[in-house]
Amino acid sequence: MSMQTLSMGNDRLVQAVVARQTVASVQDITKTYHMGELAVQVLHGISLDFYHGDYISIMGPSGCGKSTLMNILGCLDQPTSGRYFLGDKDTSQMNDNELSAIRGARLGFIFQSYNLIPQLTVLENIELPLFYQGHPAEESRHIATELAARVGLGDRLEHRPFELSGGQQQRVAIARALSNDPLIILADEPTGNLDSKSGAEILNLFDELHQQGKTLIMVTHSDELAERSQRQIRLRDGRVESDERSH
Amino acid sequence: MNEAIKHPAVLAVFQRIKLHLQPVYWTRFRKTAEVGIKSIHAHGLRSLLTVLGIVIGVAAVISMLAVSEGASFEAQQQFRALGSNNIIVKSVKPASLEASGGNNMRPQSISYGLTYEDILTIQQTIPGISNVIPSRIIKKDVRHLGRDISTDVVGTTIDYPISRNYSLRAGRFFSEEEMLAQRNVAVISDEVARALFPMTDPLGESIRIDGNYYNIIGVMEPEAYSNLGRSQAGSSNAAPTRIFIPLSAARYRFGETLVRQASSGVEMETVELHEAIIQVQDQEQVEAVGQIIEQILERRHRRVDYAVEVPLALIRQAEESALRDQIVAGAIAGISLLVGGIGIMNIMLASVTERTREIGIRRALGARKKDIVQQFLIEAVILSGVGGLIGVVIGILIPVIISIFWGMTTIVTVTAPLLAFSISALIGVVFGIYPSISAANMDPVEALRHA
Repeated sequence: MSMQTLSMGNDRLVQAVVARQTVASVQDITKTYHMGELAVQVLHGISLDFYHGDYISIMGPSGCGKSTLMNILGCLDQPTSGRYFLGDKDTSQMNDNELSAIRGARLGFIFQSYNLIPQLTVLENIELPLFYQGHPAEESRHIATELAARVGLGDRLEHRPFELSGGQQQRVAIARALSNDPLIILADEPTGNLDSKSGAEILNLFDELHQQGKTLIMVTHSDELAERSQRQIRLRDGRVESDERSH
Repeated sequence: MNEAIKHPAVLAVFQRIKLHLQPVYWTRFRKTAEVGIKSIHAHGLRSLLTVLGIVIGVAAVISMLAVSEGASFEAQQQFRALGSNNIIVKSVKPASLEASGGNNMRPQSISYGLTYEDILTIQQTIPGISNVIPSRIIKKDVRHLGRDISTDVVGTTIDYPISRNYSLRAGRFFSEEEMLAQRNVAVISDEVARALFPMTDPLGESIRIDGNYYNIIGVMEPEAYSNLGRSQAGSSNAAPTRIFIPLSAARYRFGETLVRQASSGVEMETVELHEAIIQVQDQEQVEAVGQIIEQILERRHRRVDYAVEVPLALIRQAEESALRDQIVAGAIAGISLLVGGIGIMNIMLASVTERTREIGIRRALGARKKDIVQQFLIEAVILSGVGGLIGVVIGILIPVIISIFWGMTTIVTVTAPLLAFSISALIGVVFGIYPSISAANMDPVEALRHA
């Protein structure tokens, strides 16, 4: 535990010193799914570097492999071949326990359908990643309260997810994704279930996070959303079609 | 003590316990338990129905054990009241005489049972017999002024009360001189006293039996207060009302032949002694002496017109039957707990399926497989534990209700609820393992995609 905190501390130190620090890097990854006798190759050798403080969108038509890439980036799945470095760690050879640990320590997830746990309150949902990190309860509560206030839900701490609107639920999810101070925040169609007003609020929040130096990777198929990011990666048929920087 | 604590292995265990008692671990456990309670609470009725199997199982074990324990205790008390050093030999009218008596109209003369000679032989051949108390028991109408009561008149010897641990409420038992002089003195039971002398003190009064008057010199303790059981199981003089007179007087006044008007005509029944209490010095030898007595009587009698009762053996039997009851209770409990466990497993599997997405979320947020297993296992144990607890409460209440409404003796031992509860908690672990592991083994990506 202490080793991890130490290395996390080092990362942050390094991030502060070197501006163009690589936080994640995929090297020639492929992914093949086996469905009975049929083997379907979804990713055909993708290599990408992600830098600290970047705001990246990954786009492409459905079936292009962007969900698979996101799952691999999120350490929820592993590539069939190739390497994935998250911070200084190669995740491609990790076992299940190590993957769980690295997800909890270095990644923040924001899903299209919020994915809050219905039995838990706003505060408890935000605390959840810290809980699995073995954080002291009081400190976790403090962090969660602060984050809830930051996403504008300071007065909804004891509410349950079903008592909140979609936009509010997504803000809880953002606070939850921030609670463990991750290297990368992964967002999968974060505004897909929201009306345009709530969607805009979420995107504003993303801009804020970006300005604060967070690294964001967002999957979307909306060009309008992608416009707001710094770097747009387009996938087609499991390959990188284009990789542009707009700002 | 101190040496044992300083042993390295013991220290290591303490170290581990200390590690797990650290606030972090405790908070984690508490949080996980809280989540478990919340999701159990969210499906209140379903959880209640699930737990019912365990509740019934646990309650059944505890109350069944309490009833069987109580019954065995009561039986043992009764047999103990007969005296654990005693052997009771009784006359029994043989079945063959009973059957043949019915058809012809001639006066029947039958003779059976223990004789003075039997008793003398027993006393003289077997060493270690401290005392023999023979009695004749005859049913008679007893009168005092206008009242009368049908009662057992017991002609016996002076040691009868001591042998039965039966004490007097007032007056005294008859003496050796009264015995030798065949005096008409009587000691009456409390029930007789209440029936014949509802208002007055019976001491010094006379009662009439078959035209002879007997002077009342003592009143026995009511049976409930004496060490005698409510109904003397296995004893011939089970009638609650009794009058004790010297054996010599009984022999002199009533003779040995009883003439009575039976349905088939006049019947004459000759019985020398109805019962004899044989006291053995050493309790260890009681059962052996009982067997020897049986052999002696077998040699001396052509028919089986006697019965030998050894209270100590009956106590043993009561203990054995209690053990048997406990095994049966255990088996029934085992089955219902098994069914309860299957119920828990079923509901946990349903819960895992329903909460697939939650599992996916937790895994994404850093939960290891171990954390997921722990979560569902804690939930299963909470379910079965709560069931066990409710079962313990009901299981303790049922015997109380049985005691109050049916007057049965029930005994709830400390071990029964403890054992039943621990088994129920264990059931939670055993039947929670499979669902928990299947929850933990879900693919996080698949789980997150689950609707």
